[in-house]
Amino acid sequence: MNMNATLILQSIAMMVFVWFCMKFIWPPLLKATDERRAKIADGLAASDRAEKALAEANVEVEQQIKAARDKAGEIVDQANQRHSQILDQAKDDAVGERQRQVAAGEAEITQSANQAREELRATVASLAVLGARQILEKEVDENTHRELLDKLIAEI
Amino acid sequence: MSSGSEAPTSGEYIQHHLQNLTFGQHADGSWGIAHGAQEAAAMGFWSFHVDTLAWSLILGFTFFFLFRNVAKKANSGVPSRFQAMIESVVEFVDTSVKESFHGTSRLIAPLALTLFVWVFFMNLMDLIPVDWLPTVAKASGVPYQKVVPSTDVNATLGMAITVFVLILIYSIRYKGVKGFLAELIFNPLNPKQLGMPKVVWPLVMAFNLILETVSLLAKPVSLGLRLFGNMYAGELIFILIALVFTAGSGLVGAGLSSVFGEHIPWWFWTVAVIAVFATLGANLKGKLDNKKTLWLLLGEMMVIGGLAFLGGQIMHFGWAVFHILVITLQAFIFMMLTIVYLSMASEHH
Repeated sequence: MNMNATLILQSIAMMVFVWFCMKFIWPPLLKATDERRAKIADGLAASDRAEKALAEANVEVEQQIKAARDKAGEIVDQANQRHSQILDQAKDDAVGERQRQVAAGEAEITQSANQAREELRATVASLAVLGARQILEKEVDENTHRELLDKLIAEI
Repeated sequence: MSSGSEAPTSGEYIQHHLQNLTFGQHADGSWGIAHGAQEAAAMGFWSFHVDTLAWSLILGFTFFFLFRNVAKKANSGVPSRFQAMIESVVEFVDTSVKESFHGTSRLIAPLALTLFVWVFFMNLMDLIPVDWLPTVAKASGVPYQKVVPSTDVNATLGMAITVFVLILIYSIRYKGVKGFLAELIFNPLNPKQLGMPKVVWPLVMAFNLILETVSLLAKPVSLGLRLFGNMYAGELIFILIALVFTAGSGLVGAGLSSVFGEHIPWWFWTVAVIAVFATLGANLKGKLDNKKTLWLLLGEMMVIGGLAFLGGQIMHFGWAVFHILVITLQAFIFMMLTIVYLSMASEHH
């Protein structure tokens, strides 16, 4: 176990290696790891943010879906309302038309009846005169019996 | 083992393993490699352990290039596996420094990283089987080879001295020369606070100075010797296991010597090593299941060196597993103590 100058050379070698390490190894390695750590921290923060944003988006989507559903319900309601409105109107129209048609028919019938009555009346007088003449076998002057004839006609 | 002309005795075997390759001035004035411990000791202080220095530098540069390679390519993107591994070491050291060092210093963290990895690599050399590299060195003409730099007290104390110098620099930088001296003189007994009469002040101060100087010097000495002691002891146990069970002592299977005579030829060891490697390789390639592999290995061990050899392998394995913990722990302790000492140096009491 000799103590000798190896001691000194070993000390010098150590100093040189420490200097090497300090100069060429430590700074780049530490820089890289620090950078990566920052990157990872950023990444984690970003994923947190994304998660939060996703949750918010989900809530918003939920709200929008709800709104859309409400809107759709409203539209369906409106459509139903409109539908019944149209239906009612159509019914009203149909009823009116029918009444109109019925009224028109009745009017026509009344008119025809009146016309027939008028014609009948006109014919009745002459028939009455003709009959009376036959019965009396002499000329009957219509004008002489006008009063009687009118009375007869009015009775029809 | 078999390469020498005569098998070494146990003592020679251990001594050979504990002898550094020393370069210095011989007694006759010429410079060269010392042959033997006595020659090395005679060289005095101005000699060098070539193996310690060479392995320290090789391992230091291994650290440098491994980490530099990653540092050059490092970016904040997705790291490669190797980069992630290196970065986790860096982060580990960085956390340790931040927890223990309560000042600001550009130097501390790189210093801690260098010490941790470098000392770890040095200690790691302990797990290479003790005979491999010395045998190769001997075959290529190098007489001694101690491959674990941290089992050389010069290496560990050399590093501790650098740390000591840093302690002094930090003390003076953070407290000033006056503050530093005051700390040495007025600790642990502060005559002013204790209300002592002025007459005994110099006495107390001298007492303090001696005490504080000892504790200051104890820092680098304990730092260096702790690492050295642990690694030296571990290395020694590896050597002893190798010695008792597998090498030079003559305990190698008696059956073998009856076949080969006194010296087991080199090709036998070569064949044996290849057989073991082939078995392990076949297992790794999936051609042998684990159970068969274990039985085959046991059989090979028995053939190679008998029961003693098998026992040696198992003990070596056990100690190596335990040693993995020791080498990591010692590297960590060396780093932590350095940080703590420098933290203490930069804090006011």
